Amino acid sequence: MLHRLIGWIARHLPSCEQVTQRVSESLDRDLSLGERLAVRFHVLMCVFCARYERQLRLIRAALRGRRDRLEAGDAAQAPALSPEARARIQRSLRDGDR
Amino acid sequence: MSSEQSGGSRSLSDPETWVEQHGDYLFRCALLRLRDARTAEDLVQETFLAALQARSRFAGRSSERTWLVGILKHKIMDHFRDVSREQPGSGFDEAEAQGGEWFDQAGHWNVETAGPREWAEDPSRLLEQRQFWDALQGCLGELPPRMAAAFSLREIDELESKEVCAALKISPANLWVLLHRARTKLRHCIEARLFRPRTS
Repeated sequence: MLHRLIGWIARHLPSCEQVTQRVSESLDRDLSLGERLAVRFHVLMCVFCARYERQLRLIRAALRGRRDRLEAGDAAQAPALSPEARARIQRSLRDGDR
Repeated sequence: MSSEQSGGSRSLSDPETWVEQHGDYLFRCALLRLRDARTAEDLVQETFLAALQARSRFAGRSSERTWLVGILKHKIMDHFRDVSREQPGSGFDEAEAQGGEWFDQAGHWNVETAGPREWAEDPSRLLEQRQFWDALQGCLGELPPRMAAAFSLREIDELESKEVCAALKISPANLWVLLHRARTKLRHCIEARLFRPRTS
């Protein structure tokens, strides 16, 4: 009886693939309570999915941090237009002014 | 010269000086959102040209740079829409559908080839490393165009899901699959570069 129950539970718990889908969606929409609980429970037990979630959040934070620094005028770590691109754009702007 | 009165009495500087004043900044804004430098350069060029045409309509309510960035973002959005139009209306094309074999039949991680590894003891130190940023930028460049557009609109411009759907003309369900694939590919690609760096 117990093994049937465990079997049932195992069949109804989401797989890692499904959990990663939910983790990604949690970055875009609110999950239902059931979805949140299932993800949390799985992530507690699965080191790979736990890392997946952390790393997705890290990537998000990195990109937004860089965007914020850029908008605040921090040029320290940033690329510039190549001299060739600069000249090309300057030329086209002059031509455009006729 | 600019005046600080509200109601917009700032005027634009001489367009001859725009590239020098704003070129690099606009380029960085564009590069953050686009997959390659050439596209970024082209859109910066289009932005300056559009600004030139529209300069008599500048009301002075924002700064010159803010105004230019606004034009750039419109150009980027147009570019994303164009790119999305080339894709199947519903469903995904080959490049979007293809991915690593992350999971087995039962939905478990293929641990040997795809199971996420620990990246660093202190993840915040990772963000200080050139190698990480190079990996991130390189991997963003490998995403298929519509996937990259969806990712950029969500992650950089922080548009809500439904706004991204409207811009790219895809359903929410398809958007979430696209974003899931983008994030999974990106994560995997970054990890591969962090642990097996390419020789330059």
